[in-house]
Amino acid sequence: MTKARAAIIGPGNIGTDLLAKLMRSESIEVQYMVGVVESDGLQRARSMGIDASAEGLDWLLSRDELPQIVFDATSAKAHRDAAPRLAEAGIVAVDLTPAAVGPLVCPPVNFREHVDAMNINMISCGAQATVPIVHAVSSVVPVAYAEIVASVASKSAGPGTRANIDEFTHTTSRAVRELGGSPRGKAIIVLNPVEPPMIMRDTIFCAIPPDADHDAITDSVKRRVAEVQEYVPGYELRAEPQYDEPREKWDGNGRVTVFIEVLGAGDYLPTYAGNLDIMTAAAARIGELVATTRFAGAPV
Amino acid sequence: MSGTERPVRITDTTLRDGSHAMSHEFTEAQVRATVHALDGAGVEVIEVSHGDGLGGSSFNYGFSKVEDIVLVRAAAEEATRAKIAILLVPGIGTMDDLRNAREAGASVARIATHCTEADVSIQHFGLARSLGMETVGFLMMSHRTSPEELARQGRIMVDAGCQCVYAVDSAGALVLTEAKARIAALVAAVGREAQVGFHGHQNLSLGVANSILAFESGARQIDGSLCALGAGAGNSPTEVLAATFDHLGIETGVDVGGVLDAAEEVVRPFLPRWPKADRTAIVQGWAGVYSSFLLHAEHAAERYDVPAHEILQRAGEAGYVGGQEDMLIDIALQLAQERDLGAVGAR
Repeated sequence: MTKARAAIIGPGNIGTDLLAKLMRSESIEVQYMVGVVESDGLQRARSMGIDASAEGLDWLLSRDELPQIVFDATSAKAHRDAAPRLAEAGIVAVDLTPAAVGPLVCPPVNFREHVDAMNINMISCGAQATVPIVHAVSSVVPVAYAEIVASVASKSAGPGTRANIDEFTHTTSRAVRELGGSPRGKAIIVLNPVEPPMIMRDTIFCAIPPDADHDAITDSVKRRVAEVQEYVPGYELRAEPQYDEPREKWDGNGRVTVFIEVLGAGDYLPTYAGNLDIMTAAAARIGELVATTRFAGAPV
Repeated sequence: MSGTERPVRITDTTLRDGSHAMSHEFTEAQVRATVHALDGAGVEVIEVSHGDGLGGSSFNYGFSKVEDIVLVRAAAEEATRAKIAILLVPGIGTMDDLRNAREAGASVARIATHCTEADVSIQHFGLARSLGMETVGFLMMSHRTSPEELARQGRIMVDAGCQCVYAVDSAGALVLTEAKARIAALVAAVGREAQVGFHGHQNLSLGVANSILAFESGARQIDGSLCALGAGAGNSPTEVLAATFDHLGIETGVDVGGVLDAAEEVVRPFLPRWPKADRTAIVQGWAGVYSSFLLHAEHAAERYDVPAHEILQRAGEAGYVGGQEDMLIDIALQLAQERDLGAVGAR
């Protein structure tokens, strides 16, 4: 199979971890890595045989052979500027920033609906970790309300997240509703500075009808966890899904609670940073799906 | 510098921290009666919000019986002199919640972060100031960091527009000199540009004593709750603070008889239980656990038939912070599993 040509913009921690993942890919070949200043990340990419430049998007778009897919690991603002230029050049953008220029995509939930999109947004770490579960529950029973709590190590929350934490709350709750399939959704993020750093944890609460088939929900959740594990090996259920009896205070609904732990692969980022790992892993997954469905003909 | 011109100002948080002890079931009538009594007694700032701040109504923290914005509006209508404050925890509530609260009549924005994570509040202070609100920064779980680091975090908040930085003893774990050192460090770091405050809990029965030491170290704003109504073993009781400051000849503007009446006649009749330092609450102070975990640990203990104080002990060991109430269920499940394995092994 011919590999799709790809580039990574943003040679920081995320870009470098993504590069490590894509180096193993059978459907993507990263040819370029670009930043806007010389950096360790660019040096590291060069040492891996990647054509790397500190001259940004202008340099990338002036190559004789353009990439087919660009992964953007910069910032929302930078991506908003880059997105129209990439689209004009006919390049598919996989956006790891919160810019949300293109549709919000979570691989096992809705990739197929957006297989032809020119810009694909990876939403947020919390959404990648929790929306698959909300969707797994809502595909068995109606979910009136879903709520997710993402706890991450302080060290894994970068300056972008910190400067605009509301962006996480808004985007993630939007994804819980629009992709998860719950008419109402809420997202909470907690930063914990404990040493040694805590591994990313996610709790998903869904309001379910009083007569919901618990076994069917548990089966659906477990199948979904296995699907996510295909691209995030450290994605685990911490315990069996927990069911609470219906309560008046919950509008007569019952509740299922799912506890997830996300241990990172440790490609470049530390293993506790499962929140960052699930973003790069999901982006790599989307890149591979785009590559195999659009650029490489029939997979071998 | 904004804030109080008195030597010390008492902020009453019965209707916010007390929300934890009420399982977030305050009614509008209770809020109106409490505000009316506090306002009449000369309390100048009254905080009203879900216990976990605006937007806290959730599966994780408990759903509010009455939306917090409705309660804020009722409080603002009821107050004739007092300012209404709200609490906002970035990551739980959002700037939209802050705008709505301002519109509903709140005029003091208290923005809370874990003691080492002040930089997530920068945006929210900016918005609060642009809405013309007085601002307070709430550094929660202050026992979890050094006085020096706490001061550095306070600096971040003040640079963002915070007018008073609080050392918040969320776990009721600070013991006398530990509280004092944190206030002194904050005063040294921001004292020229902002005031400093202290929020105490009674898990080790030191809320009031720590508050007096905080005042002596330069704190100008002190939190209390009527009948101690608040998380864990409760807050420094507003009526005890008022009486103690009065005894020391320090003017708070609060009428001691008025807050004694408010505690006894307005709040006491609706107390689900009088907050006290029982085994679970003491473990919170001892192990340094977020006070709001108390009722959640008790519920998980009952659901999974494991001891609440052991859940809290584990939460302390794991270093969980405010907001991680979901982890208490996780711990209860582990304890239940260990118990069941132990039972099998013993056969």
